[in-house]
Amino acid sequence: MSKPIVATASLAGCFGCHMSILDIDERILTLIDLVEFNKSPIDDIKKFTKMCDIGIIEGGCCNSENVENLRAFRKNCKILISCGECAIMGGLPAMRNGIPVKECLEEAYLKSPTVDDTIIPNDDELPMILDRVYPLHEIVKIDYYLPGCPPRADLIWEALVALLNNKPLSLPYEVVKFD
Amino acid sequence: MSELQFTIDGKDCKAKSGQTIVEAARENGIYIPTLCNFQGMKPAGTCRICTVKVAGRYQAACTTPAAPGMIVESNTPEIEDMRKAIVEMLFVEGNHMCPTCEKSGNCELQALGYRYTMLAPRFPYLWPVREVDAHAPKIYLDRNRCVQCLRCVRGIVTGDGKHVFALSQRGNKVGIDIDAQLAAGLSEDQAKKAMDQCPVGAILRKEIGFAVPIGRRKYDGKPIGSEV
Amino acid sequence: MGTNITAVVTGVVDAYKKDRSRLLDIVRDVQAQLGCVNDEAAAQIAASMNVSRVDVDGVVTFYHFFSKTPVGKYSVYLNNSVTAQMNGRAAVAKSFTDLAGCQFGQTTADGLIGLFDTSCIGMNDQEPAALINGVVFTRLNADKVKSIVGDMKAGKKVEDMVRDHGDGANQSALVKSMVNNNIQRKGPVIFAPFESGKALKAAVAKSPDDVIEELKVSNIRGRGGAGFPTGMKWEFCRKAQGAKHYVVCNADEGEPGTFKDRVILTEAPALLFEGMAIGGYAVGASEGVLYLRAEYMYLRKYLEDVLDGLRKKSVLGANAGGKSGFNFDIKIQMGAGAYICGEESALIESAEGKRGEPRNRPPFPVQNGYMGYPTTVNNVETYCAAARIVLEGGKWFKSMGTAQSAGTKLVSVSGDCRKPGVYEIEFGTTVQTLLELVDGRTARAVQVGGPSGTCVGKKDFGRRICYDDLATGGSIIIIGPNRDLLEVVHNFMEFFVEESCGWCAPCRAGNQLLLHKLEKIMHGHGTEGDLKELESWCKIVKSMSRCGLGQTSPNPIATTLQNFREVYEAKIRKGADYDTEFDLLASVQESCRVAGRIPNIHEEH
Repeated sequence: MSKPIVATASLAGCFGCHMSILDIDERILTLIDLVEFNKSPIDDIKKFTKMCDIGIIEGGCCNSENVENLRAFRKNCKILISCGECAIMGGLPAMRNGIPVKECLEEAYLKSPTVDDTIIPNDDELPMILDRVYPLHEIVKIDYYLPGCPPRADLIWEALVALLNNKPLSLPYEVVKFD
Repeated sequence: MSELQFTIDGKDCKAKSGQTIVEAARENGIYIPTLCNFQGMKPAGTCRICTVKVAGRYQAACTTPAAPGMIVESNTPEIEDMRKAIVEMLFVEGNHMCPTCEKSGNCELQALGYRYTMLAPRFPYLWPVREVDAHAPKIYLDRNRCVQCLRCVRGIVTGDGKHVFALSQRGNKVGIDIDAQLAAGLSEDQAKKAMDQCPVGAILRKEIGFAVPIGRRKYDGKPIGSEV
Repeated sequence: MGTNITAVVTGVVDAYKKDRSRLLDIVRDVQAQLGCVNDEAAAQIAASMNVSRVDVDGVVTFYHFFSKTPVGKYSVYLNNSVTAQMNGRAAVAKSFTDLAGCQFGQTTADGLIGLFDTSCIGMNDQEPAALINGVVFTRLNADKVKSIVGDMKAGKKVEDMVRDHGDGANQSALVKSMVNNNIQRKGPVIFAPFESGKALKAAVAKSPDDVIEELKVSNIRGRGGAGFPTGMKWEFCRKAQGAKHYVVCNADEGEPGTFKDRVILTEAPALLFEGMAIGGYAVGASEGVLYLRAEYMYLRKYLEDVLDGLRKKSVLGANAGGKSGFNFDIKIQMGAGAYICGEESALIESAEGKRGEPRNRPPFPVQNGYMGYPTTVNNVETYCAAARIVLEGGKWFKSMGTAQSAGTKLVSVSGDCRKPGVYEIEFGTTVQTLLELVDGRTARAVQVGGPSGTCVGKKDFGRRICYDDLATGGSIIIIGPNRDLLEVVHNFMEFFVEESCGWCAPCRAGNQLLLHKLEKIMHGHGTEGDLKELESWCKIVKSMSRCGLGQTSPNPIATTLQNFREVYEAKIRKGADYDTEFDLLASVQESCRVAGRIPNIHEEH
């Protein structure tokens, strides 16, 4: 029997949620036995090569590439998990949401004391910045949410095990946190 | 003071006359969630999280006195879901960045989020633009985190009875305003009181913070209301 | 500038004897002289009244007609009610912005003209209408706007810009307004002939308890819409302990589409004031307060004059109505623009010079009302009816209407009908009968009771207008066959978002979220799930909100979802389990513009 396939990505996130996935300690060996990883920074597979069972995404969407990536995940994953505060509500990157995009870009690229270039990067290859940072569920349908900054390793583990065994998610008080 | 009897979710309760449903429930070992309510302050009834059903009508338990023979419904799936909805509304109508907030772990709004296992709010985030006011020498006011509970308005008053904090604007623009002149004169005790009374991280004492490590904060291990 | 502010503030504050309860009047008068109440003026008001600056600012920023920034030498407040929109408001607004040279919400650079949206000003039968420095301009069109803006630029006095006058007392020297009464149907209670002084005489001939008994016999219930039995209210108030008692008249009709109180105030003020005096006699009050909405400021001088006349006739004043020892007088307290002040406890707060936020209950106003004293707050029409009941008897009144809804009701009819205006109808009249009266037979929907009421369709036109079926405080808006119903609902929801006081979370946040969801559906991105959520959110806001505003504000959505579900169904994406308003191309526009690049979205949808 083939193993369930998992894909992961970090969009506008800090990779902290991925660190927390690794933080399941020795259970990572069990995880590798249980699942096969497809597109993920963990195995460095860049493109989906097959339909996946579970997609885990950390980070919200702050640019066009995030959106394209997220949509690809939705298309290629049966179950999509929004993992961590940034994915769920935008998180720290969303602190820019009250500031006009123009001001943000000018502050970062023109006015900052440490920049010499006097242009806002505009190469066609670069992702385009969105008007604000979006939580994932405001762009695609999300099936499960794992809050935390990062989500506790135990929460991620429990959630994965429950999903793989087709059991309901148990969410003990100690592991559901927003920080 | 005379004593009266009433029930909450079928449980017989006693109350002193004049006591609100919230107070009486607490004394009878029943937790009704609250946010704007603060012991010793006149109830404001702003958050509505303590809403209960009495004789078919929804009422805030913090502003409604217990009455003889009153039949109160509190812990029903319908009411609990509506309470959760309000917690979610408060999250989306402000800018609550828990990971950046030094009140995290001790925040009553967050604690209610935990208690209701809020994973993602059912409502879309509204991202209001709100200003931070750091003029006062001892405290700063971060309106992004404010839930308009009015504890500061009610609790922080000068010796001659003037409000240091007050509501400004109306509707979705409503927000707490701070009187710069009066705030400049806040004593150490008043500044600390302002911070301690704020259920969220909207009023914080300057120059101190993150005193308690993660894991040992008020709501890290036990849900809000578990003391009742 | 500073010295001028000091002089103005000192003068105004002293004129009101530094009375905290007159803060609304103080702010209004300071603004009239300075053009706004900026930080400095607010700070000076605060200092001279010994309150904190934030308390003054709290009041200034709460009310629609107060401003911290200059509102212009001529401030134009153009009504944005749905009826105004039906009658060409968009074109009128465009004329104003084109000719004045500023957008709505702004003041021209030279400070001459300010343009502002405003909630229903009580002119729904003669829209589009605007207030300019308190003077009413009705039935606006592009030509009229042209001449108005021309007059403003020429520095003409606003009063002189009014060319034609309306009917009845609108022509009187103290009103001189272009407003029309449009009384389409007179009935036996409000607009029947009335001999001033007679009702009060009849009342004081009885004991206060007997007056209350007569009201109880009549079965009259509050005309504002909530329908609390008036006799019972007066009895509670009379029995409540207090050094004094107050009678307050709620003349803050703010429900979009209602204007019948405006017509009573214009055509039957003596009946109203006599009703208040009877109320005063019944509850044991010596003072009455008429809380008059700011939109009706143009009637103030006229009403003051009527009060003077009544004092001269001893209907008011010492030994009122000839009753030795019964002293009763009435003062007028102006509002400042806030729908919520139609809620009785918010009205009391406002009349005390505070932000118009409803109070928590208990205690009720009848126990602890205006200035902390037992107070009965009643609608304009209720006092008029009370006076008539004293004259004609409770049984006479009860013989009209239905068992639960005695008497007649004034309704203000506007929208898609040939004969908009005020009608006195018997309670129990069906929507269909009313539609025939007003010549609105083509109606697709009728909004009974304003936005906070019920939107009914053809299948319900047989329903009756009364408390136990379709309740209304007076607003009836006819919606014709070609109207986009969701646009109507949207207008109503924007109104509630604007007019929520912001005190309680479910109303403050919930109405915005309802509006948000409605827009998602209107934009074609709704799903079946969204409709279910919309329904459930309506229930949450209705159940959890503190006062009548939030408890009824979801009604535009809730009642159309119930009665016109097909309108929503037609907008949603059937079968879709998810949709979003997110638009990648739109969301990168601004950053691309700033960076100087062309958006290149290269993914298939």
